[in-house]
Amino acid sequence: MTTITATAAPTPTTGRSLWADAWRRLRKNRMAVVCGALFVAIASFCIAGPPLAAAIAGLDPTQIDADVGASAPSAAHWFGTDTLGRDMLTRVMMGGRIALLVGLVTTLVALVIGVSWGAIAAYSGGRTDEAMMRIVDILYGFPTVVFVIVIMGTFQTKSLLVLFALIGAISWLTMARIVRGQVLSLRHRDFVEAARAIGARPSRVLFRHIVPNTLGVVIIYATLTLPQVMLVEAFLSFLGLGVQAPRASWGTLVTEGSSQIIVYPWLLIFPGLVMGLTIFALNFLGDGLRDALDPQTRKE
Amino acid sequence: MLRLILARAFGGFVVLAAVATISFFLLRAAKGGPFDEERNVPPEIQRNIEERYHLRDPLWKQYTHHMAGMLTFDFGHSMKRQQTVNEIIATHFPYSITLGVMSILIAVALGVSAGVVAAWKRNTWTDYAMMTVALLGISIPSFVLGPLLIAGFALHLHLLPPARVEGLSSYILPALALGLIYAGTIARLSRGGMLETLNQDFIRTARAKGLSERAVVLRHALRIGLVPVLTYLGPATAALVSGSFVIEKIFQIPGLGFFFVTTIAERDYPVLTGVLTFYIAFLVLLNLLVDIGYGLLDPRIRDKR
Repeated sequence: MTTITATAAPTPTTGRSLWADAWRRLRKNRMAVVCGALFVAIASFCIAGPPLAAAIAGLDPTQIDADVGASAPSAAHWFGTDTLGRDMLTRVMMGGRIALLVGLVTTLVALVIGVSWGAIAAYSGGRTDEAMMRIVDILYGFPTVVFVIVIMGTFQTKSLLVLFALIGAISWLTMARIVRGQVLSLRHRDFVEAARAIGARPSRVLFRHIVPNTLGVVIIYATLTLPQVMLVEAFLSFLGLGVQAPRASWGTLVTEGSSQIIVYPWLLIFPGLVMGLTIFALNFLGDGLRDALDPQTRKE
Repeated sequence: MLRLILARAFGGFVVLAAVATISFFLLRAAKGGPFDEERNVPPEIQRNIEERYHLRDPLWKQYTHHMAGMLTFDFGHSMKRQQTVNEIIATHFPYSITLGVMSILIAVALGVSAGVVAAWKRNTWTDYAMMTVALLGISIPSFVLGPLLIAGFALHLHLLPPARVEGLSSYILPALALGLIYAGTIARLSRGGMLETLNQDFIRTARAKGLSERAVVLRHALRIGLVPVLTYLGPATAALVSGSFVIEKIFQIPGLGFFFVTTIAERDYPVLTGVLTFYIAFLVLLNLLVDIGYGLLDPRIRDKR
């Protein structure tokens, strides 16, 4: 028996993997790269900022100083202070931590529901698929946030876990649609037939062989879900139904600021600006990723 | 087409029944009732109050009573106010619908014109600038934009009233704050839809006939290119409903959304379930109209059975 060796001469053009190709295309979209960097910068500003500010300038977001009261941005307090004399720079950082935490965990929840829903629908096919996707269609036309408002309002809970679950439970629709489309195009491919032929159970075929191949679009839509759920969280916090005191997110800071807009405009402008920038950066990055990773939806 | 409409109408009915059921049981599952905050009343009075609102009946009886009411558009009487739920809706909804219609008009007018121009001048600076502005619009939350608009246009420039309703001009700022997010999305959708349509064969035919670019874009492509925008109007109106909760609060507009968020903690069962069901009924009806609208815009959908 002869051993088979690779006899074909190495091709002169080296093949590019999906990821290398995508990275190359993403880099060409300079704005998307800038926005990605901006998001990383804001995230590290929020995560590393408070201890740094405490060590260097002795700033503490919880320190109440009634003598100072609300003061305009200055050398000591770059973002000014709020009506209780608390430093706004560190408060915005701390608010960002909560906002990002809620955003990331909630996106993860939405991702798990959306991917499973879409993958199961597509893989089952037929009636099941039709029924599952009809439910998605119906929920699309629903003011789902109102249901979160009702639940948060009637149960009066302060738990962040409930908030994660509820916002996640209404934010998976687009993910489900996109993943379904991907799985539909993958489910009759040879490697899937092969997995089935060696006797893998359907759930194994689906979640070990098919779903990992949808990773590209999942990343794109996770990037686009993140700003969306951050907006929902801020929205709920604005109504007093999201993140509750003593925790503060950008949403709660904006709420406090919006009632003081005439006298102390910096209380709205800084948290609003940082939140707007974050959401804009994520949206732009998500768009860039979609153009780079998903050739079908690429702009001409 | 008729069959499709009937099927959708039936589906809408099922959804409504589900919403009425879920909201009924959800509210009763929450701790506390509508009369918890009353001062100590003698037990007899407490019992009378609860009997008046059928709260002492077994749950299934309350539920059938509730559902029977829904079927006849009778949402019951408020437990906190001297009004029926229907009266509450009639008082507050006109404000919300005025605000909603104005926001949608602003969103569609701005969004479609920006999207069509961007597609027309694709991959030029005009296109990039417009799409960046659109994305910016999507990223600024309405409750940041709202107070900024008040500060700018009402308090500094004295152009428009800052809050409360004193005529139609009072709606301009809140409608802008509410509509701009959707204008951004509509701009992106109409650009995408137009680009896809402009690549199709029937457009090449129109060009080959020697029509001007203007006629090709406005007369032939626009109709099909705007189908994605129409699809989005359903979800947009749904989002507009929840968005109005915040905007009405900021601008002190006595609409249904403002009423809803300020009374939610009162657990006024008939009001909460009634208003919720009313909102969903409204949206179901609207989505049905959107479905019919498709057929009118795109003959390919109309002829499909």
